[in-house]
Amino acid sequence: MTALKVNGRTHQLNVADDVPLLYALRNDLKLNGPKYGCGLSQCGACTVIIDGQAVRSCVTSVGAVVGQEIITLEGLGDEKNPSKLQKAFIEEQAAQCGYCMNGMIMRSKVLLDNNPKPTDGEIRQALDGNLCRCGVHNRVVRAVLRASQEA
Amino acid sequence: MNIQTNRRDLLKAAGALVVAFEIPMAAQLASAADDLGPGLPGSLKANPKVSSWLRIEADGRVHLLVGKVELGQGILTAVSQICADELDIDIKRLRLTSGDTWLVPNEGTTAGSFSMPDCGSAVRAVSADARKILVDLAAAKLGVDADKLTVNDGTISSPDGKKTTYWDLVIGDEMKVDATAKAPLKPYAAHRYSGKSIPRVDIPAKATGGQIWIQDLRPEGMVHGRAVRPPQYDAKLLDVDVAAVEKMPGVLRVIRDGNFLGVIAEREEQVLAAAAALRRNSKWELPKDAPTSDGTQDWLLAQKTKDIVIKDQAKPANLQAAATVEATYRRPFVMHGSIGPSTAIGTLGADGVMTIQTHSQSVFETGNAIAMMLGVDKTKVHMQHHQGSACYGHNAADDAAADAALLARALPGRPVRVQWTRNDEHKWEPYNSAMQLKIKAQVDAKGDIIDWDYQLWSTAHGTRPGNIAGNLLPARHLAKPFEFPVPVNGGPPNYSADRNAIALYDFPGQKVTTHFITSYAARVSSTRGLGAYSNVFAIESFMDELAARAKVDPVEYRLRHLKDERARAVIQKAAETFGWSKWEKKPNRGRGIAFARYKNLAAFCAIAIEVEVNPSTGKIRLLRAVAANDSGEVVNPDGVKNQIEGGMIQSLSWTMKEAVRFDASGVRSEDWTSYPILSFTEVPPIEVVLVDRPGAVFLGTGEASQGPTSAALANAVFDATNTRVRDLPLTPARVKAAINA
Repeated sequence: MTALKVNGRTHQLNVADDVPLLYALRNDLKLNGPKYGCGLSQCGACTVIIDGQAVRSCVTSVGAVVGQEIITLEGLGDEKNPSKLQKAFIEEQAAQCGYCMNGMIMRSKVLLDNNPKPTDGEIRQALDGNLCRCGVHNRVVRAVLRASQEA
Repeated sequence: MNIQTNRRDLLKAAGALVVAFEIPMAAQLASAADDLGPGLPGSLKANPKVSSWLRIEADGRVHLLVGKVELGQGILTAVSQICADELDIDIKRLRLTSGDTWLVPNEGTTAGSFSMPDCGSAVRAVSADARKILVDLAAAKLGVDADKLTVNDGTISSPDGKKTTYWDLVIGDEMKVDATAKAPLKPYAAHRYSGKSIPRVDIPAKATGGQIWIQDLRPEGMVHGRAVRPPQYDAKLLDVDVAAVEKMPGVLRVIRDGNFLGVIAEREEQVLAAAAALRRNSKWELPKDAPTSDGTQDWLLAQKTKDIVIKDQAKPANLQAAATVEATYRRPFVMHGSIGPSTAIGTLGADGVMTIQTHSQSVFETGNAIAMMLGVDKTKVHMQHHQGSACYGHNAADDAAADAALLARALPGRPVRVQWTRNDEHKWEPYNSAMQLKIKAQVDAKGDIIDWDYQLWSTAHGTRPGNIAGNLLPARHLAKPFEFPVPVNGGPPNYSADRNAIALYDFPGQKVTTHFITSYAARVSSTRGLGAYSNVFAIESFMDELAARAKVDPVEYRLRHLKDERARAVIQKAAETFGWSKWEKKPNRGRGIAFARYKNLAAFCAIAIEVEVNPSTGKIRLLRAVAANDSGEVVNPDGVKNQIEGGMIQSLSWTMKEAVRFDASGVRSEDWTSYPILSFTEVPPIEVVLVDRPGAVFLGTGEASQGPTSAALANAVFDATNTRVRDLPLTPARVKAAINA
């Protein structure tokens, strides 16, 4: 058994240490936030926050994060009570399909935690490794700016 | 697992999405009855029963059923807005089911910006019909003339205070009648939802981890399947050690059927390990002399072609040419590259029905193709659409559905979930065809165009399943393979490879010839805009070349050749928004403009871009871009802006970066490192201006901006460097080489 601390709760999972964290979160804990996009740490769709850092869960093994604080999109807020950042994404309509949105929000959350008033350029730098194919980049930047201004 | 229960749960999930989406991506929706032409509008022709589309439900809701599906473009919200307006109900009363082949009207494929002409116009007419049926029923019940009754959120009232509701009136078969499309439509000013930027209700779930994607479905008893694709197109499986893989942890089935290899395991990491082992344990014979991406342009011209003259307007004999100008433009293979790889879940039930959850654009045709592949009656395949990562045309969604069916057949009773790997998605999805475009123009003494000869070479832009098993990738790999049909080129008025090949300008003479290639250098099919992207790139680049040659401002040069008022209006609006007349040239900076009317019958879109080019590296920095767009009546302004801007950014990525690479060992563009796309730091500020035309036919938006964006960029690079780059993509190496040439 492996103990994973996710969104403030400890879960006992019957998975091998080398299983990618993404599959444990999605398949064992049935969390929808982190997405499979590439499995190669190239697109950012699977991003979670571990001990305050944005981490690509598709290339992180379960064994490597035992005892650490893992936060997924669900840990920020839910539909009834979205976090300030999630609310800003909703208000800016920062999506077309929205498949990349998990990674955009999780990476931006870490940015704002470390830099509460980022510039447009700092936001773009922080998100440069998160891919979007529909072309909502500027909406995402506006959402992060909105969240920072409301903070 | 109880498939029926699961199916209902899935339908409930779909119902919860109801009002979730919004905005028309596009399209042509008649706003006045006389725009509809004869007969029933859109998909009503094939599905005339009112009850096929609308059901008044006992619980105070209205159930709208549509055959078109959500692709991330917002179509379901657009039709919800239209339905709520015509039916006089609050939009929250709507429950919507889409893309379930056992429940909804068959509306064919969701593609080509046809959702609004087909589905939007049908929903508008059938909703107005339904309202009339209900008001007539109320008139009889209340003993009041129908024209004296008013409707407010489904409650029908008479002037003297008598009331009834839709839900009181409909108890049986009242809606099981044919639509007439003769009921009066709401005047524009009376719209409560259409014309407004109503927020999408799917975004809250997507921003918070709600269960909304096909990837998030986890039916009871679900297991994981993967197909192991050949190393290369047309490779043949010589030998594979199946027994070793069957012994691996969690493995439930290994399937070998000709060149099709697949595996099913209890857990996802187990199936991935088993698929990797299966790949290692297999030996393949590779085809010899396969085409390469480096040789694509020569390959295009060397193929046997079907030559079709699609326009032949002779130049009046009295016009004298002062000069002849020629240019050739080239475009490589480009991929859809959805961020979420294709996914499907197949379940073979005890009743022999194969149920497939899919994000296919063509649930009916793909279901029929899968039935053919499985050798079963088409009533034995039940397709249910769920949202996948955005789709920009015919990607691997249908192939994943076919994979799921083949694997699920080997393990009856268990839902088998298939998610393609990034590597498979990059290497096996059907690409947008490489093309070559040659233009020769005759100009008069002022430099104006008097004759125009346009020739294009292209492989297919449409190999969708279309009821035929041979169009499904895995079906071609089976021991008894289904033959890949010879592709055809779509004809007028929409065209396919030659979409937008006819210039909209008023040239005295114009001839356009399509050289259509039925063979393949790489797997190809429909990608956003089909041939329009390449054709507009060539036409609008060449217009810019001719303007420069005539020493005329490129805005002025276009307007000189263009009578269409709406076309002129978007060009002028883009120029004005950009600040074209006040713009000052600075070193290494340039501006470019381009225009197209998508398909020559849909949206009008003009784009202006400013760039800075580093002459020593050839690197393009995008400074800003503006768009002016006329899609007719706008149903959701924010949705239209989102589509136009997104299309521009995707086109900038295609135009600056993208080319699929393949060689003797197969496709080499196998991930985001070997196939990079535009990133946050490269995306410029973008301003989109809408020309709203209340009461005008809806023209479609989703595919309007890609073509003009490509040429506007190339034209800006020319303006910055005085160098014309005619081969896509405009990589730093290519721009630098052109500058130094």
